Amino acid sequence: MITTDKLDLEAAFRDSQIGEVLDGLERELIGLAPVKSRIRDIAALLLVDKLRASLGLSAGAPSLHMSFTGNPGTGKTTVAMRMAQILHRLGYVRKGHLVSVTRDDLVGQYIGHTAPKTKEVLKRAMGGVLFIDEAYYLYRPENERDYGQEAIEILLQVMENQREDLVVIFAGYKDRMDTFFRSNPGMSSRVAHHIDFPDYTPAELHSISELMLEQMQYRLSPEADAVLLEYIERRIQQPHFANARSVRNALDRARLRQASRLFEKRGGLLSRQDLMTIEAADIRASRVFSGNT
Amino acid sequence: MRLTQGAFSFLPDLTDAQIRSQIEYCLQNNWAVSIEYTDDPHPRNTYWEMFGNPMFDIRDAAGIMGELQSCRKTFPQHYIKVNAFDSSHGRESLRLSFIVNRPDKEPGFSLERREVGGRNLQYTTKSYAVDRPEGERY
Repeated sequence: MITTDKLDLEAAFRDSQIGEVLDGLERELIGLAPVKSRIRDIAALLLVDKLRASLGLSAGAPSLHMSFTGNPGTGKTTVAMRMAQILHRLGYVRKGHLVSVTRDDLVGQYIGHTAPKTKEVLKRAMGGVLFIDEAYYLYRPENERDYGQEAIEILLQVMENQREDLVVIFAGYKDRMDTFFRSNPGMSSRVAHHIDFPDYTPAELHSISELMLEQMQYRLSPEADAVLLEYIERRIQQPHFANARSVRNALDRARLRQASRLFEKRGGLLSRQDLMTIEAADIRASRVFSGNT
Repeated sequence: MRLTQGAFSFLPDLTDAQIRSQIEYCLQNNWAVSIEYTDDPHPRNTYWEMFGNPMFDIRDAAGIMGELQSCRKTFPQHYIKVNAFDSSHGRESLRLSFIVNRPDKEPGFSLERREVGGRNLQYTTKSYAVDRPEGERY
């Protein structure tokens, strides 16, 4: 029981251990400045609300349903997972797990199939975060008998009535999500936070690749490092560029080439260094450098 | 006569908060919770109807409580029980089962005697409720 009317926000912050998660976010997510600042805002609001509640001030559970928009590979799923953790630390959701679904998991194939399916998913997500990837597929205006609308209605009902039980995050491309929200005004008004994920700059992608390699326990030779940056700059110009995901794929292919390079010259002994190092040639062999895209 | 089957049946009826924490305990142990109902409460009737599907992969009791509310709404005058199934190797059976809803009036059971082979007696019990057809019993 708090007896003084001075409250220690700092202590509350420490107790919630939210700092660790936010630091982790800062460390492991490169770029994404608007996303991070919004997450900080939400964390601050929840913390202040908790203090207000402890003084008996009204602190109605804020609506925390969110929409993440951005191009592929900009970290929407990763941030959603972090968001689940943060909300759990702040006591907003009870379990803090993430249930990631797409249209197929929510919408049925025949009359009467959709409602049980959607409810099943909602039941699994209770106490955590429901992440609906490519949410705009739920709404198909071209087919008036599409069952997506039914799923949307059930979602809306639960989003409104069981706010304390789960948080719903919608994710998808910006323009198509905008259309989705425009055609579902009820949805739009119940989603309080719209967060836009910007594309990464080449330098950010380069730092991301360093982080990925570190996790995979590989490293680049100095020449390979320069080539990788060049690779990223070229790759961005090409079609179907998916930000961090493209970088991950490029690194995976470089690992393949490294493996077959090592395999070619079998006979000699390999050092730990050899097994860990990706050479410039491994990256330069990419089709991105061949000129014809 | 109050029906006493399953866990906690000699205690006063559990409140929703108590049911929720029992379910929470089941989920902590990774048991799959399901809801069953019947209007034939004979102790040897092991085949109660399942309400919806067994609920696997659930992390929080809120989902199951929601399902329980909708079962109560559909069958307010039936017996409803919550089962927790342990799928771990070597167990593969129910670990916990308790009644969470009962009809307002429970008429109880009659004891029937049948004479067989001379003056021997065979005993059987029968719920007064099952005299009427299914669905009209309570």
